Amino acid sequence: MAGQTLDFPNAESLKRLASSENGFIFDPVTGNSFTVNHTGRAILHLLQQTLDVEHITRRLQAEFDVDAQRAERDVIEFAGQLRGHF
Amino acid sequence: MKPQALTVAVTGMNALPDNPGPGLGVARCLKEAYGEAVRIVGLGYDALDPGLYLGQYCDRAYLLAYPLNGTEVLLERLAEIHALERIDVLIPCLDAELPLMIGLADTLAGLGVKTFLPSAGQFERRAKASLPTLAQAAGVTYPEVKALASAQFFRDCEQDGWTYPLVVKGVFYDAKIAANAAQAEAAFGDIAAEWGLPVLAQRFVAGEEYNLAGVGDGQGNLLGEVMMKKRAVTSKGKAWAGVATADDSLAELARKLVAELQWKGPLEVEVMRDAKGNYQLIEINPRFPAWIYLSHGVGRNLPTLLLELALGRPAPAMAAPRPGTMFIRHALETIVPMSLFQTLIMQGQCIPEPAQAQPSAEIRQPIKEAL
Repeated sequence: MAGQTLDFPNAESLKRLASSENGFIFDPVTGNSFTVNHTGRAILHLLQQTLDVEHITRRLQAEFDVDAQRAERDVIEFAGQLRGHF
Repeated sequence: MKPQALTVAVTGMNALPDNPGPGLGVARCLKEAYGEAVRIVGLGYDALDPGLYLGQYCDRAYLLAYPLNGTEVLLERLAEIHALERIDVLIPCLDAELPLMIGLADTLAGLGVKTFLPSAGQFERRAKASLPTLAQAAGVTYPEVKALASAQFFRDCEQDGWTYPLVVKGVFYDAKIAANAAQAEAAFGDIAAEWGLPVLAQRFVAGEEYNLAGVGDGQGNLLGEVMMKKRAVTSKGKAWAGVATADDSLAELARKLVAELQWKGPLEVEVMRDAKGNYQLIEINPRFPAWIYLSHGVGRNLPTLLLELALGRPAPAMAAPRPGTMFIRHALETIVPMSLFQTLIMQGQCIPEPAQAQPSAEIRQPIKEAL
């Protein structure tokens, strides 16, 4: 997975998303909104900094005390859900 | 001594639930910006136009003759109303009356009534049937459109490379998506009966609709643009709820059009945005949209901007775009005494009652006493 990037929406689209504490996400360009859970919000914040899956997985492991496989699966699943919003 | 209030006449007070005219939104923007410093003279074409009875936004109400009665009848009526109300600025808000109003702009100016309208040439260049030529000149993408005098086109169009679904549109209003020839022919009949010929066929563009409202300064500049995506629509596809957006590529598209037209006055640009974020121009409306109150909500009160320009004053500073601000409409009953309705019908004018929120006598007593 080193340096791997999944098929996320482009970095510019992700960076412009505004998120609230309770997981409400708003895209100011498209006007679309959606909700994410605590883990999703954490992944989104990481994605707004980098699209490197390995880096995101390591950070998730540290923050949520989960194994690498589970963290990676969450990131891949989240990438799939995000694509549906762009 | 209180300074004399500015009198602004506004048309399009037909705030109907499924397809509202923009006049009430314009009046509300002005009232909330200027308070008692502005008097609104509401102009309507029907005694049931709801905005004419809302005293909080409409100080005086008058009926006009329908535009098909021609320029002379309209001028005569406007002059009568002006003699009574001393109108400083007139803001027309309906497509069908605009050609007449544009033709009368100089005469009205001579009477002391200011407007801020496009020229007849500018108005014509943004008409639906002319849009492809304009879009090409401005460097904006636009779906192909064909002006039709008969429905025969829909039976043979697939041989000419047109595919269903396609959009059938009226010259002024209305648009229906047709999935096949039968639906297209039915739409052609409905639209031709209501809006006349030609009827337009436009290639269908997949994507989401976005709207931009703004004011052209007449020198090629777009001022105060406000962007919106519909979140809920009426049965006629009009916005019932919407959210303010901000996309510089949409603003840039509108700037190109305004620069090409040298547009003067309010306008609404309607576009479709595809999955890749590319915009295609659908329509340019030569007036404020019915959702114009959102402009006040995002700190970019466009009717105020227009009024200042019409008065020859500098354009006021506009706040930065505020994406995420929403509006949600609601339906509300206004209680109207028969005497007021009768006065408007019989005399063509009335003084709307100020807004009242007093309880009726039956429930005025404390609830506990009644138990």
